Amino acid sequence: MGPVPIMTDPYEILGLSKTASDDDIRKAYRKLAKKYHPDLNPGKADAEARFKDISAANALLSDPEKRARFDRGEIDASGAETPRNFYRGFADAGGARRYGGEEHFVDNEDLESFFSDLFGHRGAAGGGAAGASAGGFRMRGGNVTYSLRVPFLDAVKGARKRLNLPDGRALDVDIPAGIDSGQTIRLKGQGGAGVGGGPAGDALIEIDVEPHPLFRRDGSDIRIDLPVTLAEALLGGKVRVPTIDGAVAMTVPKGANSGTVLRLKGKGVPAPKGGARGDQYVTVRPVLPSSPDGEFEDFIRRWYEAHPQDPRSNLGSETE
Amino acid sequence: MMALEQVLAAVGRVDRRDLTIWIERRWVRPRHEGGGYLFSDLDVARVTLICDMRHDMAIDDEAMPVVLGLLDQVYGMRTRLRHLVDAVAAQPEEVRLAVAAELGRQIKRDDEDHF
Repeated sequence: MGPVPIMTDPYEILGLSKTASDDDIRKAYRKLAKKYHPDLNPGKADAEARFKDISAANALLSDPEKRARFDRGEIDASGAETPRNFYRGFADAGGARRYGGEEHFVDNEDLESFFSDLFGHRGAAGGGAAGASAGGFRMRGGNVTYSLRVPFLDAVKGARKRLNLPDGRALDVDIPAGIDSGQTIRLKGQGGAGVGGGPAGDALIEIDVEPHPLFRRDGSDIRIDLPVTLAEALLGGKVRVPTIDGAVAMTVPKGANSGTVLRLKGKGVPAPKGGARGDQYVTVRPVLPSSPDGEFEDFIRRWYEAHPQDPRSNLGSETE
Repeated sequence: MMALEQVLAAVGRVDRRDLTIWIERRWVRPRHEGGGYLFSDLDVARVTLICDMRHDMAIDDEAMPVVLGLLDQVYGMRTRLRHLVDAVAAQPEEVRLAVAAELGRQIKRDDEDHF
């Protein structure tokens, strides 16, 4: 970046005298940054140029070496300006929808919802009674957000839940099968009342799924740990496995070690719109007998004495 | 689009721990993809703005969500007002003149009410 023509005296820009202390400089800069930061002044066209001058003045004066050289006249106030894209440029270009306070639905845009989104629930009140009567102002009611905790199985399989509202009303909410935490159900016309005959807003129900002691959700799949006896793990066999639709029979293959994962096809989370259903993955967890007796212990001891082995041989030096 | 590491290098005034907390608090909302974050230019500009407010304006973690909330409302309003202005601008001249005249009456009445 080439040298920029001489700018105004940095002391002057920050409103300081040549004898200003470091603390004075810091304070002056903070005060002006608060006032002129372009992102905090989206409507002021000159804020950006002003803020750049202030930043450059601060960069020069807050560096003791540069400041001393400037004071001795060895350098002028021109500095390499760092190119920067301010937030307001992106936000005003319409890119900040993700950060917008209100939800915005393009599909059902009409004048009422536009004004309702602009002024929120209390729009007409803000304009006073005259605002509502003067032009026969009609406004859609605001959207109201509620949160609803849903048991795991209800969320996975779908259910109808009653939601008691603070105003005494109760809403029956149909939970579609496969819904997950963070998703929202929209009930048209169940939000705030409209103004001047305008339609009511919508109720937006945010879903929070409770954890389940047995089942874990993994996208469209369900995961579960299945305890098996040493005999079932070693010799294989048929076992009953809980699924979200009830217990089903599953074959544990011979020699299924701890951590072996078996798949029950089509026993996962139902797809929302008739798509393919997920699977259930079963992780085999062999458990010791609940009350091993002397006979069992003697057998194990003798067997391992005759067949010594080290299952940790591949773990490297960490075990030494 | 930038990954988290690139944002840390580009902005320079925030560390991984703080930026992760900001994402958790939803001060910054990068896209979440393939186990990592993807920051748009707008997200990076927002991170830079948060750094400015923290370092240069002494806005602390308590006040930051208040400021960001108001800021987002201002930009949301600006977007919608611009749509309204564009919609008015697209009307025939007599409609635009009628809107301008009504606007003048509204502003005058507000002034009389409040002063």
